[in-house]
Amino acid sequence: MGLGRALVAGSGVETLIRYVGSRLLQAIPLLIGVVTLVFVILHLAPGDPTAIWFNPSIPPEVLERMRESMGLDRPLYEQYLHWLKSFLTGDFGYSYSQFRPVSEVIGDALPNTLLLGGVCLIVVFGIGMAVGAWQAVRRHTAADSMLTFVTLFLYSMPGFWLGLMLILAASTWLGWLGLPVSGMTSVDHSLLGPLDRISDIAGHLVLPTIALGLGSAAGVTRYVRGEMLEVLGQDYMRTARAKGLTERTVILRHALRNALLPVVSLLGLYLPLLFGGALVIEVVFSWPGMGRLMYDAVLARDYPLVLAASFLFAVLVIAGNLLADVLYALVDPRVRHA
Amino acid sequence: MREVRSNGGPSARRELDLLFPGLSRALAGRGTGFLLLGAWLSLLALAVYRRPRIAEFISHPTGSGLVALASLVGLLALTWIAGTRAVDPGDPSGAVPACRLRSDRRAAIGIGLLVVLGSAALLAPLLAPFDPDLIDLGAGRLLAPSASHWMGTDELGRDLFSRVLYGARVSLLIGFLAIAIAVTIGTAVGAVAGYAGGWLDALLMRTVDLFLSFPRLVLLITVVALFEPSIPLIVVVLGLTGWMGVSRLVRGQVLSVREREYVQAARAMGYGSGRILRRHVLPNVATPIIVAATLGIGNAILAEAALSYLGLGVQPPTASWGTIIQSGGDRLVDAWWITTFPGLAIVLTVMSFNLVGDGLRDALDPRRGG
Repeated sequence: MGLGRALVAGSGVETLIRYVGSRLLQAIPLLIGVVTLVFVILHLAPGDPTAIWFNPSIPPEVLERMRESMGLDRPLYEQYLHWLKSFLTGDFGYSYSQFRPVSEVIGDALPNTLLLGGVCLIVVFGIGMAVGAWQAVRRHTAADSMLTFVTLFLYSMPGFWLGLMLILAASTWLGWLGLPVSGMTSVDHSLLGPLDRISDIAGHLVLPTIALGLGSAAGVTRYVRGEMLEVLGQDYMRTARAKGLTERTVILRHALRNALLPVVSLLGLYLPLLFGGALVIEVVFSWPGMGRLMYDAVLARDYPLVLAASFLFAVLVIAGNLLADVLYALVDPRVRHA
Repeated sequence: MREVRSNGGPSARRELDLLFPGLSRALAGRGTGFLLLGAWLSLLALAVYRRPRIAEFISHPTGSGLVALASLVGLLALTWIAGTRAVDPGDPSGAVPACRLRSDRRAAIGIGLLVVLGSAALLAPLLAPFDPDLIDLGAGRLLAPSASHWMGTDELGRDLFSRVLYGARVSLLIGFLAIAIAVTIGTAVGAVAGYAGGWLDALLMRTVDLFLSFPRLVLLITVVALFEPSIPLIVVVLGLTGWMGVSRLVRGQVLSVREREYVQAARAMGYGSGRILRRHVLPNVATPIIVAATLGIGNAILAEAALSYLGLGVQPPTASWGTIIQSGGDRLVDAWWITTFPGLAIVLTVMSFNLVGDGLRDALDPRRGG
C-alpha cells in the first residue's frame, strides 16, 4: 500500500491530504478515458437519436434541422471536443428524451441509487462480517458446512432472478407482510407525515436491498470466513489464550480485528458489482434510480444522458476505490500509530 | 490396447468389461465403476429409446441434430475407453494437484454436475421430450408442471423443460466462448505489460483501470442496445469486458518470474522474448488462469442472463435461460414455473463452476486448506 508507507514516513493528516490529492489527479485522465470510450461506442453504433422519433410524416428538412440543433451534423472531433469541454466544466447538456437538462434528470435519480446502494453496502458488510466470523469460530461443524453451502448457493444466484422470486413470494404466501414490490413510494406518499414517509420508503427498500445485496453478502461471508480461519491459526492467537484471556476477548479483540482489515479492500471490488447489479434490480423493482435511467436512456439513444450517466457511474466507482484505500490506511493501527 | 495385469480380477470379469465398461471396478466396490457403468447404461438406454429420432436426424441432418448424434457417439466412446482401461491401484496418475483435486469433494461434485449439465446440453435434441418451439395455442397454454410437462408450459404452449434444455446450449456456449476471448486478451495484455515494462506497461495498466472503473453491465447494455443484439455480439462484448482480472494475474506472475535465474539463463542462451514468454513464463501462470477462467464462466453466464432479462441479450425465438425468465416476468404469479425453473438452472450451473474453481484454487494453493 503506497499510502501506508507514505503515512509512516510523513506526518499524518498532511500526507493523507497530499495522497488523496494525487489520487484525484490520477482520476482525471481515467474519467476523460471513460467519456472518450462511451463517445466512441455511441458514434460507432448505427443510427442516431433522431431515429427514435422516426415518423414518415416528419419531412426530412425538419429532421435535418433537429440534427443541426443537437450538433449532430458537425464533424466528430468537433462534437467530441465540445463534449469534453462541457463535461469538464460540469455542463451535461440537455436530455433528448426527457426534454430537461441532464443535470436535473440525474439530480432526481442519483440520491435514490445512493440510498439503495448505501443501505445495501451496510447490510452486505454487516451480514458478511458477522456470519463469516461466526462460521470461522464454529469451523467444521454442521452449521458451518450448511452455511458454506447456503452462501455458495446465494453467491451463484442472479440478483434479478432473486428479485423476481421475492416479488413472487411477497405477492403470494408472504402477502400478509404487505411488502411493496414496486417503486420507491406509495401513491399517497405526499399526503403522509414525515415519519410515515420515512417508513414508507424503508418498506419499499426491503425487497430491492435483499435482491441486490444477498449475493454480495454471501461473497463477503466466504471471504471473511477464509481470512478469519487464517488468523485463528496464527501463533499470536495461542499467545493470547496462553496469557489467560477469555475466549470472547481472544476472538473479538485479537482475531476479528486482524481478520477484518483486508475486508476493507473488498469495498473497491464490490462497488462496481453493486452499481451494475443496481441497474437490473432497479428495472425489476421500478426503482427510480440511475440504473433505470441509464437503461431507458440507452434504449432512447439519449446521447447526453448516456454519457453523463456512465460518467457518473465511473465517478462513483473511482471514488469508492479511493475511499477504500483511505479507510484501509485509517483502520490499520500499524499505520495510524506510526 | 489393453494391458493385462497379474493383479487384476479374474479375466472373465475383464471380458465382461468390454460389454459393460466399469463392471469389474464396480464389483470391486469402487465408486468410479458405478458411475461409468451408470453413464454407459443410461446412454445406451437413451439411444434405444430415441431410435426414431436418431433415424430422423440421420435421414434429415440438421446442425443441432448432428451435434447431438456426434455427442452421443463421443460420450459412449469416452465411457467405454475409461471403463475398459486397466487400473493400477497404486498408480499415482496425473500430477500432484490433480490428485489433490480428486480428493477434494467439492470439486468432484462440481465436475460431476458440470459433466451432467454439459452432456444434457449437448444431447438436448435427444433428451427433450418435445420440440422446444412447438406452439400449442389450444389447451396446452400455461400448464402447471405435471408428469408430461415436467416444468410446465409457457404462454405459447411450448414445453418449458425442453426449452430449458436447449437454453443450456445457448447459455453454456456463450459462457465458454466469452471466457475464451477474455483469457486470450487478458493473457496477451498481461504478458506484454509485464515483460515489456516501461511506458507500454503503464499504458496497458491504465487501460485495465479504465475498464475496471465501469460497472460491467453498464458497458454491456450500452454496447448491446446501440448495436443489434445478437449472440456473436454478446460473446464479443462479454469477452471484451472480462479480461482485466486475467491480465493483472498474468502481469504479476510475469514480473515475479522475469528476473529468475532460469529466465536469465534462457535469455543468455539467446532465446527471443516470445519463446521465453511461451516456454518459461506462461506455464507458471497457467493454473491461476484456469481458476480465473472457471470462476469467470459463471460470471459470464450471470451477465448474459441479466442482459437477456433486460431484453438486450439472446433474442426470441432462440431461448437462453435469461430470455425464458424474461418471457415469464409478466406472469410471475399465475405462471411461476416459467421464471423459477430457468433461474434454478442458472444457479445450479454457476454453482458448479464456482465449486470447481474453489476446489482448483485450494488444490493449487496448499496455504488455504478448506
